[in-house]
Amino acid sequence: MTSGPAVQFLAQGAQMFFVLLIAPLAVGVVRRVKARLMRRQGAPLLQGYRDLAKLLRKESVVAENASWLFRAAPSLIFALTWVAAALIPSFASGLMFNWAADVVALVALLGAARALLALAGMDVGTSFGGIGSSREMMIATLAEPAMMLIVLTLSIAAGTTRLAGVADFFIAEPLAVRVSMALSLLALVIVALAENARIPVDNPVTHLELTMVHEAMVLEYSGRHLALIEAAGMLKLVLYLSLLICLFAPFGMAPSTAGVGGWAVGLLVWTAKLMGGAALLGVWEVSIAKMRVFRLPDFVGIAFVFAFLAILLAFLSRGAIE
Amino acid sequence: MPELYVSGAALGALAVAAAVATLVRGPALAFVYPLSALAALMLGVVDLRVLLGGGELTAQLPIGLPGVGLHLRLDALSAFFGIVINGGILAASVYGMGFDRAKELTPRVEPLFPLFAAAMNLVLIADDAYAFLFSWELMSLTSWALVVARHTDPESRRASYLYLIMAAIGTSALLFAFGGLAGPAGGYGFDTIRAHPPHPLVAALVLAAALVGCGSKGGLIPLHAWLPLAHPAAPSHVSALMSGVMTKVAVYGFVRIAFDLLGPPSWWWALPPIVLGAVTAVLGLLYAVLDRDLKRVLAYSTIENIGVIFVALGLALAFRANGQHEGAAVAMAAALLHVLNHSWFKSLLFLGAGAVLHATGRRDLDGLGGLIHRMPRTAVFFLVGALAASALPPLNGFVSEWLLFQAVIAGHTLPQAALHFAAPAIGAMLALAAALAAACFVRVYGTAFLGRPRSVEAARAHDVPLAQQIAMGGLAFLCILGGLLGSVLAAAIAPVLRVLVGADLSSAGSGPTPLSLVAFDPARSVYDAPVIALFVAIASITTLLVVHRLSARRTRRGPAWDCGFPDPSPATQYTASSFAQPLRRVYGAVVFAARETVVMPPPGDNRPAQFSVVLTDYVWRALYAAPGRAVLRLSERLNTLQFLSIRRYLVLMFGALVILLSIAAVMI
Repeated sequence: MTSGPAVQFLAQGAQMFFVLLIAPLAVGVVRRVKARLMRRQGAPLLQGYRDLAKLLRKESVVAENASWLFRAAPSLIFALTWVAAALIPSFASGLMFNWAADVVALVALLGAARALLALAGMDVGTSFGGIGSSREMMIATLAEPAMMLIVLTLSIAAGTTRLAGVADFFIAEPLAVRVSMALSLLALVIVALAENARIPVDNPVTHLELTMVHEAMVLEYSGRHLALIEAAGMLKLVLYLSLLICLFAPFGMAPSTAGVGGWAVGLLVWTAKLMGGAALLGVWEVSIAKMRVFRLPDFVGIAFVFAFLAILLAFLSRGAIE
Repeated sequence: MPELYVSGAALGALAVAAAVATLVRGPALAFVYPLSALAALMLGVVDLRVLLGGGELTAQLPIGLPGVGLHLRLDALSAFFGIVINGGILAASVYGMGFDRAKELTPRVEPLFPLFAAAMNLVLIADDAYAFLFSWELMSLTSWALVVARHTDPESRRASYLYLIMAAIGTSALLFAFGGLAGPAGGYGFDTIRAHPPHPLVAALVLAAALVGCGSKGGLIPLHAWLPLAHPAAPSHVSALMSGVMTKVAVYGFVRIAFDLLGPPSWWWALPPIVLGAVTAVLGLLYAVLDRDLKRVLAYSTIENIGVIFVALGLALAFRANGQHEGAAVAMAAALLHVLNHSWFKSLLFLGAGAVLHATGRRDLDGLGGLIHRMPRTAVFFLVGALAASALPPLNGFVSEWLLFQAVIAGHTLPQAALHFAAPAIGAMLALAAALAAACFVRVYGTAFLGRPRSVEAARAHDVPLAQQIAMGGLAFLCILGGLLGSVLAAAIAPVLRVLVGADLSSAGSGPTPLSLVAFDPARSVYDAPVIALFVAIASITTLLVVHRLSARRTRRGPAWDCGFPDPSPATQYTASSFAQPLRRVYGAVVFAARETVVMPPPGDNRPAQFSVVLTDYVWRALYAAPGRAVLRLSERLNTLQFLSIRRYLVLMFGALVILLSIAAVMI
């Protein structure tokens, strides 16, 4: 480490700040690209910030029989997602607190946020909350194991489960094309789509009851509570895009030994890649239709199978080498 | 040594309490619980001193087998399990102090409670095969008697009958195992057994018998069928003991035999526990997510956790057989910490289920709901237990899960090809089990505690007495503390790890902070729960402050929105069965051959539509129902033997004699 702890601490703080700052923009880019491809004008790129500001200003209507869990969940979900997003190496690897949670803990942190959201969805006791929660947990039972297998595969390749270590490994060997890596990439993309409630798993713009998953769970939220849930959703998108970038396109990321200059370059490159990823997601979303809920197990199951094949190959190939 | 006298006094007090309790009736029976709590506390303190201070306690009593006597010994391994068990007994006893003296004490439960507690402690300190089997059987019989306490209920009777059969099979298997260990010389003392490890072929048979004996007590699939019936049938604080603690005695039995008595392991010993454990983990949860009875769901979740523990034990065997002591230490630490963590959160959940049962008189999830308003404290404690059971950070269930995943990743360094295929497969199954656990507990908590009450009883529920809240609160506190201080617990079990696998988590304390949990190497894997919890806390508080400052701050209570069509009937909520429907369609169709039929009357006909689901339990059909029918048919056939003439009996006896003599002739 070339920099003192104070600088490291600031860099970690900066990362937390940047992921939060850029999240609504990333969602804005997705929406804009989709709109343009559908030959609509589309909302301005900064609409995400305006939406959040508007929701914060509005009063919050809470159902009469909602419990403390319903009111406490949004800030906890937001905080858990925020911490998880801040742990993913974005513009630099090896920031100060990256060691605190490894890849296994990262998956579990996201799982905790999801469990809280599903519980909050059931709190008021409406049919929509229940439908959303039950479907979300069903999808999670397929997506979460796939995600866990992906990160285990990557940490076998890198020889460590620390996120920074995995990132450093992929910076050092960006062109290590392996079958297990390719399978992991495909699986991770599917998991990312499922976890972020994007098409074809869920449609973020619809409120059609038969197809809703995520939106059904948060139906009872309004005002500042909804703002926090929405912001957590945006952060999650940035988290998964950052994870994909960090693992499969890490070029330009500042290694743990870089100084402030390296970080500045890293930040620019990361922002550009993030926007590129968001644009790709927009293109993907207009070119495919939403699936029926009970087709989803097949789709997300593919991710599970790919992730399993990837870890199997990783085990067998590592065994042959040693 | 004073510790020896303290343990002896505590065990004696439990026995005397049981004896006295058979003589008294009514409110006087309440003395059992404070006394059990005190005895458990004393035993626990002795266990703690032995675990941390090193050394061991031994005693030899002139009872038991002639010429052998009764050997008792408390070493680090027994002390660790003793802490687990006495913690559970303490919590259950404190919970019992809250019982209504006038109504809730019966001579069918209270005298047996201290005896059950003493029997479990005796299993741990037994140092010869006779003492082990005697106390094991005492434990089985007392717990059986507690299950049958509500004998007027046919369900309870059926559960206890099945339990008795399975316990008998389990004990016979253990008898066989110790017979193999003792060898032809018949050395029944554990030190004699240790000094003469059996022949590899015998060792394999002993391992199989131990797996059947301990697996049936712990609930390894396919030996689990009694557990989801018997554990819920007992009174709730006994359910907590059976599920949270007695299953750990089963794990202790397996660890004692496989790691201590059986001598140096072969690598393939790892396969049966790994495979059975992984299957148990996934299937146990699939049963759990489809069940609608609160206590039965918890019992199925116990089965899952025992599966997870056996996977970790299997991995530890594999690493140890290959001389990879570091990996063995990580896997063993995962197993032991999961034993401790599961005993805390499962006892908590069963006590919480008992509180719900006491407050509402129901345990069917579809009749509960909205209890978070009526039982606020129980709801908080149960939430902690549910999140811990879902292996979510920063609670304790995640610590052992994390260690286990580290051990699975390290599996690629094992040289055997079979383990190379097994390790990723169990990684996948464990990940699936973790995700299913979250779904299962969101379902349980969401239907029982959240939403609107689905029955009059649930709407009129009230929180439980203070003593019961203290019991649950203490366990909830331990679940949080154990989650944050996983590294301290891992350091505390180092003596056990050194005894069992010859190494401990050597890198403990070398992490970035003193409380970091480190697997293998700080550069390789670190999990720092306090730092993460601090981060999440700072992030939440910052969020709250900023939102408080920026936002309108106005909150209005209004009717639920529900997309514009709120329905006042609580029947419109999602129930436990409807929550499970997507999971049933995805997994149930394969595993349980789930078939859904909808009978829809034609238009104009105003009969209600009907919906039914048929699930097939293949394990029950193949391994329990079919042999049961075969035994019945066979006994009907053999019944004719009772009514033969004397002439035919003489022919049969002569024939038997000829066969025996010819066998003897061939053998000699």
